[in-house]
Amino acid sequence: MRGFSLPLPVSAVMRAAVLALLAFAIFGPLLNLLLWAFAERWYFPNKLPLEFGLTYWYRVFQPRGNALASLGTSVWIAILTVMFSLAVAVPAGYALARLKLPWRGAILLVFLLPQAVPNLPVYVNIAQVFYQIGLNGTILGVVLVHASHGLVLAVWIASAAFASVDVSLEEASRNLGASPWTCFRTVTLPLAVPGLIASAIFVFLESLDEFTGTYFVGVPDVTTLPLLMFNATMGGNYQISSITALLLLIPSIGFMLVVERFLKSDVLAMVGR
Amino acid sequence: MADSAREVTLGLPPGRDDQPAAVNARSQFLRGHGVALALIAPALAVVGLFFVAPLGMSAVVAFRGKSGGFTLEHFAKAFDFYTTDLLFTLTIVLISTLLIGLVAIAIAGYLTLGGHPRTVAILRWLYRWPLFIPFVVAGQLMRTFLAKNGMLNHVLIGSGLIEPLSAQSLLDWRGIVVAFVWKQAPFVTLLLAGAMASVESQHIEAARNLGARRLRVLVDIVLPQVRGTLLVGLVLSFVTMLSVLSVPLMINPNSPTMMTVDVAYRISTHGDYPVANALCLLSLALAAIGAVFYLKHATARAEGG
Repeated sequence: MRGFSLPLPVSAVMRAAVLALLAFAIFGPLLNLLLWAFAERWYFPNKLPLEFGLTYWYRVFQPRGNALASLGTSVWIAILTVMFSLAVAVPAGYALARLKLPWRGAILLVFLLPQAVPNLPVYVNIAQVFYQIGLNGTILGVVLVHASHGLVLAVWIASAAFASVDVSLEEASRNLGASPWTCFRTVTLPLAVPGLIASAIFVFLESLDEFTGTYFVGVPDVTTLPLLMFNATMGGNYQISSITALLLLIPSIGFMLVVERFLKSDVLAMVGR
Repeated sequence: MADSAREVTLGLPPGRDDQPAAVNARSQFLRGHGVALALIAPALAVVGLFFVAPLGMSAVVAFRGKSGGFTLEHFAKAFDFYTTDLLFTLTIVLISTLLIGLVAIAIAGYLTLGGHPRTVAILRWLYRWPLFIPFVVAGQLMRTFLAKNGMLNHVLIGSGLIEPLSAQSLLDWRGIVVAFVWKQAPFVTLLLAGAMASVESQHIEAARNLGARRLRVLVDIVLPQVRGTLLVGLVLSFVTMLSVLSVPLMINPNSPTMMTVDVAYRISTHGDYPVANALCLLSLALAAIGAVFYLKHATARAEGG
């Protein structure tokens, strides 16, 4: 920041140097991951892999391989989590945004908790309870844990999306004789759809990437992609874990690149109102 | 959080109140709010059952002795075994929070005040990449990047900054901090840059016209106006980092390590839920420090107008 008042060439060099450092800090680890994903052989003290190839990709993607099964499990859990979360979050978000609600502050506080409190105690105890009632190691158990966390985000974003819909449009439709339900279905809901899609993507990603809850509740039968990646890393199999990590990176980075298309600033401004 | 039974009912009353049964003042109340409560009840029930109740259970289990009475022995044991890890955790999370704040202020500050449009554009494109990358992947990235024979050391040696023999593995507390900052700084930057963008540009221009340098404008004019947003982002990051299990497990699993690792170890190796829960409550207490810090700031600001 100190370079601002320096003469132009010096400050241009400094700007470029700082940007280059930042680019290395951000892309260095990612580039390293790419190298590992395509490395056939790579050991100390070689700076680069001795041999590149796709052997490990064949191993990851072989039919009935662990990775494909885990990918399927992860996506299936994420889809169920999104459906479950939105089913309860959309009505809740609408009520928070548009209806008169008693104990509003307390309710908002409850919906803040899962994002504002360390989740570890929750996972530890829910795993114990689920174990007793036979939900440990089941898809349903993992979906419930993911949803209790993800639905909070969904409620906040859905509520913001509904709040950003212009009330006068709803009033116009009601004045023209639409029932509350018709008005919601034909005016409010379509206008809130971009925000709702954003919340669905958030919940999907959160579920896809979730580690700690699945680590406690999913064992031993539900192996999602993050758990598979973790096991490969801890087993020292960096190729497999890097390829798995790449699979997890694709949706994360893709969403980062398009997030503002879905989450417009008018919706963002209403979050938490 | 004092007893789990109460926690469960706390989560549920809206669901029960929906039944249009009672004919008294209560039903009057429900006529006005019934629809809203019915709409919100399922979401509340899910959070109540699968989040609030287990959280309350943690408090019960941590204080309950073998015979069922109240005891502090689990906490005694937790402190006995894990005081070092408690301090280790707090130090790591505090250092990370501080660094995240500094990085976020620097980047968001340049995005708001930077005088070179192309640099601003590149920076805006650049800083966000780790935004949605999960912690578990960040841990894996750093495990290979920061290792003794990892890319960082190769680049440092290649550029002549360090001798090959002095290359060392950063896979200890420093690795955890790097992974946390790498993953969490973009989030706080995003929040902060958004808040800074809504600072009245007249204030900034006025100060600039009076000859203030950009760094001055950032510290004296912009930062005070976005303090709240910065604090929210930092407190959220603080709490999040406290309960990340994957990063310390992957980067620094040996003692001293973070409390999340200890909790997982108590459960997977000893099935020791009471001490695990005592540790959980201690990390909750650390999170509460963050929350109190935030509330204190919020109330101070409210009182100050």
